[in-house]
Amino acid sequence: MDRLYFEDFPPGEIVEYGDTPVTAEAIVAFARQFDPQPFHLGEEAARGTLAGGLIASGWHTAAMLMRMNCDEFLNRAAAQGAPGVEELNWVKPVKPGDRLSVRRTIVSARASRSRPAIGVVEFRFEVLNQNAEIVMTQKNAAFFLRRPAGEAGR
Amino acid sequence: MIASFYEDHRVGQSVTAGSHEFTREAIVAFARAYDPQPFHLDDAAGAASLFGSLCASGWHTASVCMRVLIDYRAAQRAFAMRWANPVRPGAVVTFSAEVQSMRETKRPQWGLIGSRAAGVDQDGREVLSYSSHVLVARRGH
Repeated sequence: MDRLYFEDFPPGEIVEYGDTPVTAEAIVAFARQFDPQPFHLGEEAARGTLAGGLIASGWHTAAMLMRMNCDEFLNRAAAQGAPGVEELNWVKPVKPGDRLSVRRTIVSARASRSRPAIGVVEFRFEVLNQNAEIVMTQKNAAFFLRRPAGEAGR
Repeated sequence: MIASFYEDHRVGQSVTAGSHEFTREAIVAFARAYDPQPFHLDDAAGAASLFGSLCASGWHTASVCMRVLIDYRAAQRAFAMRWANPVRPGAVVTFSAEVQSMRETKRPQWGLIGSRAAGVDQDGREVLSYSSHVLVARRGH
């Protein structure tokens, strides 16, 4: 497959991808390591909390989005990391049995002024569940190498 | 540690919650599961990247920060997250949080606390910072 460069991320483009099943085991395993609050640790422990049942850590959902992004495009792109995240909203709980997918919108793309080899792409990601409900949104910029002169476009 | 009830918090209050060492094994294990980009998996690929060396996924840093700040409850929103410097193998990161705003909500059992969390490595470089809004239980409900 062709390598993706900065030039391959046109502003306005919207694509959908991913199908990540969310299991109770994965929710609990992530939570044991990183976010051991009762509503992430087990059905039993989660009852009686505001959540009312087992739900995934928001950081787990963010990590699952990252994995879908790697599998879909980052690992065949000349990706050079991200400076941070402007906004992360946990809109609805993610529960065992959910299936997550991604709707990616390219908000803007601009060449870096300080580093001519780099372009900055601003994304908006919506994580959807199997009922097409938005469970999380994320806005962030990421760095990509620009296509070297002489290399053909995709 | 961070106080448990809304009423126990004060704007400007800051706590240092603890430190965590990012081992090479943990950096690579997290990346294998969630962020398998070459510069999080492999020394040579890291050296060839903008980061200049193998470094932790920003989501790994954020997840460890959550672990260290675990007394927070039911986060709803995080924003203005900055990964200002890469976390390299062997880095020891100290996490802290400062309360920046507080308000009561329509539901009497919850208060909303705005805070800024930060992680600083052993050389004093900030590697993570973000703001968040968190619902915290009020006393007596």
